[in-house]
Amino acid sequence: MEKNFEPVIVGFLCNWCSYAGADLAGVSRMQYPPNLRVIRVMCSGRVEPSFILKAFQEGADGVLISGCHIGDCHYVDGNIKTLRRTPLIKTLLSQLGVEEERFKQTWISAAEGEKFAQVVKAMVEEIKRIGPFKKQAEEESDDFDDKAYGLMIEAAVTIEGGNIDG
Amino acid sequence: MAEKIKIAIYWAAGCGGCDVAILDTNEKILDIAEAADIVLWPIAMDYKYEDLYALEQGSIDVCLFNGAVRTSEQEEMAKALRSRSKIMVAFGACAAWGGIPALANLFEREEIFKSSYLDTQTTINPEKVIPLTKCKVPEGELTLPRFYNRVWTLNQVIDVDYYVPGCPPTPETIWTAIEAIVSGNLPPKGSVIGSLKSLCDTCPKEKTEKKITEFKRPYEVMIDPNKCLLEQGIICCGPVTRDGCGHRCINANMPCRGCYGPSEKVADQGAKLLSAIASIMDVKDEKGAQELAATWEDPAGTVYRFSLAKSLVFDYKKGGE
Repeated sequence: MEKNFEPVIVGFLCNWCSYAGADLAGVSRMQYPPNLRVIRVMCSGRVEPSFILKAFQEGADGVLISGCHIGDCHYVDGNIKTLRRTPLIKTLLSQLGVEEERFKQTWISAAEGEKFAQVVKAMVEEIKRIGPFKKQAEEESDDFDDKAYGLMIEAAVTIEGGNIDG
Repeated sequence: MAEKIKIAIYWAAGCGGCDVAILDTNEKILDIAEAADIVLWPIAMDYKYEDLYALEQGSIDVCLFNGAVRTSEQEEMAKALRSRSKIMVAFGACAAWGGIPALANLFEREEIFKSSYLDTQTTINPEKVIPLTKCKVPEGELTLPRFYNRVWTLNQVIDVDYYVPGCPPTPETIWTAIEAIVSGNLPPKGSVIGSLKSLCDTCPKEKTEKKITEFKRPYEVMIDPNKCLLEQGIICCGPVTRDGCGHRCINANMPCRGCYGPSEKVADQGAKLLSAIASIMDVKDEKGAQELAATWEDPAGTVYRFSLAKSLVFDYKKGGE
């Protein structure tokens, strides 16, 4: 893995709580890594799953969604929509081969500047550990070196003790 | 009509159902034959690669290409046909969005080979023979096309003019497409032959308030034929799928599986459907949402059944942007 890898994390923060929380972290001069690219949305419920996939398509290494705590939503139940989507999105992403560390959804109020800084810090650390997000085809060249096969065949031989003739 | 148009029909990573669907136009196939010369159709006529390569650039009027691109041979054929065809039509769900073959994108190539050639119960392969691109035999070297790391849609590999949706396209859709081509009355490039509406727009089932308390599969429910399937807990792709199929599945009380692809205003069929389903989940807290979500087997395979290769995460041109 590259040593100086700085992940790009897209953060969808709701206008009323989490964005204000981020603001508080800023005015309180809390230190946290600058890897988060914040997109202010009016409500975390506005963030469609397509936005998340689009972020990954455009080269993001992680996506953070943050809204008001349940019960605090400016639009009464906008964040309920978020909480319903989150488990489905998590399953979908893991099926699509996106590591679970790359997607996080939290609730951060306008008073929780410190929590915001911690969430970002933890997320950046985790993503630094797993490395950049790679698109499927780029993982290895489509050119068919039979290296991968070789490994597979080797594995099969070890398991089965069989002999292989291509 | 003075001169007949020249049509090529080719198949790649598909099942051949699209070719059969063309025959399903029944007696209209004779009208097609009247208006068009079929210059290439591997499933129905004998032909060799040389026959295609002998054709001049731009000498085919329309190419109906069905099937996705999985191997180097399919990509080569797609490119060869593109340069020889004036109009390239991605015919059927596989060519347009990856279709069923693209579900393999949920797995690595090595996993697929291991499963297909070694692991499955029905496989008898004591010598552990695995297809290789090159293989030495006493008679010389044998070669096979490369098996790509993922399934590509046709438009991720070559430039595509029109899309005919469906798995397979219905005879009506095919006929609409052929008529448009023969009459020369063509829609703007990039058009999908089908309705602008979503399937739900024209669905005859009775719709009231939707609240899902448990995700069910069709066999687990006695389906009320008059009621919206989503309201009965069955995941139906109707909200995000293009209309134009004639409600074949819905009329048989099976949920829409999404073979007509994303509707006009939808970019990512699966993500949009996931969002739609989430909005009707009847839960108010995180624990409830997790428990309910856990009752849904295979979300990716359900929401992207026919469009996984066009999911935003997978949608980029082969060989860079």
